[in-house]
Amino acid sequence: MSELKIYNFMGLRRVAVIFSAVLLLVSTVSLFSQGLVLGLDFSGGTQIEVGYKQPVNVADVRGQLKNAGFEDPVVLHFGSESEVLIRMQGEPDQGLAEQIYAALVVNGEELDLRRVDFVGPQIGEELRDKGGLGMLIALVVVMLYVAIRFQFKFSVGAVLALAHDVLITLGIFSITRLEFDLTVLAATLAVVGYSLNDTIVVSDRIRENFRKIRKATAVEVINESLSQTLWRTINTSMTTMLVLLALFFFGGELIHNFAIALMIGVGIGTYSSIYVAATVMLAMNVDREDLIEPEEGELVDDLP
Amino acid sequence: MPNKFPLWKNLMLLAVVAFAFIYAAPNLYPPDPALQLSGQSSAMQIDGVVLKKVEQALDAANIEHFSGEADGESALIRLTNSELQMRAKEVVQAEMGGEYVVALNLAPTTPEWLSSLGGSPMKLGLDLSGGVHFLLEVDLNAALITRLEGDLQEVKSSLREEKIRYRNFELKGQQIIGRFRNEAQVEQATSLVRENFRDLQPQFKQGQNPLTLVLELSEIASGQIEDNAIKQNLTSLRNRVNELGVSEPLVSRQGKNRIVVELPGVQDTAEAKRIIGKTANLEFRLEAEGRIGEMFEFRDGRGLDARLETSAVITGENVTDARSSYDENGRPQVNITLDTKGGWQMGHSTRDNVGRRLAVLFIEYKTKLEKSKAENGEIVITPVPFVEKHIISLATVQSQLGKSFRITGIDSQRESSELALLLRAGALAAPMYIVEERTIGPSLGADNIRLGVLSVTLGMTLVLLFMIAVYRGFGVLANVALTMNLLLLVGFMSLLGATLTLPGIAGIVLTVGMAVDANVLIFSRIREELASGSSIQAAISGGYDRAFVSILDANITTLIVAVILFLIGSGPVQGFAVTLSIGILTSMFTSIVLTRGLVNAIVGGRKIEKLWI
Repeated sequence: MSELKIYNFMGLRRVAVIFSAVLLLVSTVSLFSQGLVLGLDFSGGTQIEVGYKQPVNVADVRGQLKNAGFEDPVVLHFGSESEVLIRMQGEPDQGLAEQIYAALVVNGEELDLRRVDFVGPQIGEELRDKGGLGMLIALVVVMLYVAIRFQFKFSVGAVLALAHDVLITLGIFSITRLEFDLTVLAATLAVVGYSLNDTIVVSDRIRENFRKIRKATAVEVINESLSQTLWRTINTSMTTMLVLLALFFFGGELIHNFAIALMIGVGIGTYSSIYVAATVMLAMNVDREDLIEPEEGELVDDLP
Repeated sequence: MPNKFPLWKNLMLLAVVAFAFIYAAPNLYPPDPALQLSGQSSAMQIDGVVLKKVEQALDAANIEHFSGEADGESALIRLTNSELQMRAKEVVQAEMGGEYVVALNLAPTTPEWLSSLGGSPMKLGLDLSGGVHFLLEVDLNAALITRLEGDLQEVKSSLREEKIRYRNFELKGQQIIGRFRNEAQVEQATSLVRENFRDLQPQFKQGQNPLTLVLELSEIASGQIEDNAIKQNLTSLRNRVNELGVSEPLVSRQGKNRIVVELPGVQDTAEAKRIIGKTANLEFRLEAEGRIGEMFEFRDGRGLDARLETSAVITGENVTDARSSYDENGRPQVNITLDTKGGWQMGHSTRDNVGRRLAVLFIEYKTKLEKSKAENGEIVITPVPFVEKHIISLATVQSQLGKSFRITGIDSQRESSELALLLRAGALAAPMYIVEERTIGPSLGADNIRLGVLSVTLGMTLVLLFMIAVYRGFGVLANVALTMNLLLLVGFMSLLGATLTLPGIAGIVLTVGMAVDANVLIFSRIREELASGSSIQAAISGGYDRAFVSILDANITTLIVAVILFLIGSGPVQGFAVTLSIGILTSMFTSIVLTRGLVNAIVGGRKIEKLWI
């Protein structure tokens, strides 16, 4: 069996800091300047999805609706050429969906009414509040757990890594103008879970090595830990990416953005568990002293 | 280190495996499309005779069916072709008539031995089964105001009876405010209210004009009114849903003032919306004499517009039932039953008004959204409720009316049943507004299931191949664990009666991807132990032990996130959180305990030269 190769991950940490800082800055600027394209779940409104027997031109459908007196209908293909999503901004009153449907079948077209969503503005607002609150609670609870199980410096590293991942995922959604709906919110929270998983595994190894390796600098210990967990990190990201690709290509239009958000998050999460958490710990001068426990003597006995 | 499990551990593993197979199995049996027939009233017998009639009607229409059963209360007829379900419903409804409710249903085909063990397939969420979801908000404020208006009149009349003079009385917000000429009158009025109106509390605030009496509903009373309003709305919504004949409807309270209605499998969504979405109330008003009164239009614009008195005799709250039937001459009529209070008021008002016309006013509460500019220049959209009032019936009072009476002179049976429906529908204690509606057509639901199954299968296959490619022999073990994890997850969800949604399927897919993580961790550790020169048996044991702490910490934190997701999410997102949480628990079991059992059984206690890892 070959010796494990130790990569000098932390040697690149200045580059990583700049890389993360740029990503964070761009994300923050985009989030503040243009915000997210909120899906119906959060914005409120009416949308209906209809299926035609054959491919249709969205411009025709839009014209048909305009002739029927609907102002500025948003009409787009949804998943395939024969499926159309119609969204109405403005005055979504309860009967609107039926009126749209009636206007579309007026010439005897055969239409399959696939989906109707009406969300009142108060519901959208509540969901936005709840989503933001949930995210904050998740971060705080996780921080507490990690602080109790590990140490305060670890928990700061973990939470900053999470915030980093969430912010960049949201930022990419804002820059690319992808729609942010309830499933994407769920995906973002799942990203928190995933990234945390990664960070914890790495932190766990760092903690163990700090206790085991006595004559080494913090940078050396972290490099060794990251190298030891590197294959695990890559393999887990690979399997998760594989299933996400399956979801992305075959899961259907409704969870398309869900899959995208998770793919971004898993990618960023993998990077952040290597660079962000560890860099933050180093910046806070983490060292062996932070992790001394009464039963350290037992751990020494384990040494080969 | 022997790496052997004691017998009890192996037996437990076997038990868990058996459990997973048994409770996941019912999902392999797709349900049959079926029709469910029940009576409008519970007194009706649905027996073999009725069943036979239905079956004959289906035969005549060339619709294949099998194993019909009737238990006295309802009948279930299975169909071979789900595309004919809708037509079958129409055929049966036409044959049996309006007294019977015909519902589309999915009949489980779980084999008897499985269902006797409590096995049943997973419930499908609306996004998979198709159906309608409504979230209605009850306007509790309106219920309180209605009550206060009534109290205001009663307080005024009892003050008059007691000859306590007042200047004026009015309703301001949620307060009744009375003004008097001197303090003695205020005192008299206060003690009268204290004695006779327990629900009203006189308020004494600093700086209050001593010549006014301010009354507010007590907290207990307003709590009760709100509670009753929700309860009555729930009841009438349930009645309306029953009219639709949905097999497994859900009508339940959510939070303080909201009601969720879910109708899975409903195909005619427009009809469902028409009946559920009807947020309405009723008022019975006498036609006005002379020029005083309000003008109202007849509902379908038949030119039967009339001028009505401004106050109502009774409201929809007093209507307990309304049924369409036929009079002695076989002409359609509607029978109305009122509660005691409503009967008394109706009798009182009609006694001296025989010969005058009595109108039923149908009041619909709707919302429209209005754009307006806020102070900071932002466009805000606010829901503005508005009210539409139409006359739905105008009939001459033939004699004094009481607790139950009838409306005759209706043109057709269709009209009478519609009027009866509207009367029942109007019996709402407080107006409701739809704040959220989600309708999923059956074709989209079926598509979602197909896509979900496809992506689970595909994702799973990719992961299985990957694991074998990277970890060889141990990869196979991890794959066994992964497959068992999926079975356990499905088994638990079926047993717990959890609902499967599209995001839930996504959760399963994600679990599949992440569940191997624990095994990856363990195997990486074993490799490391081997690399550092441990013996094979020691490496296995050490690898499992050392990886355990990481796995536990990582999974607990993810579980925390899933629980928070469940708490903040609604509907489909909760489905995602549920599958994720259960998946985390089952995957910990399969990847730690199950693979250890397998490893122990295969290599435990033996001398092995090399580990395929």
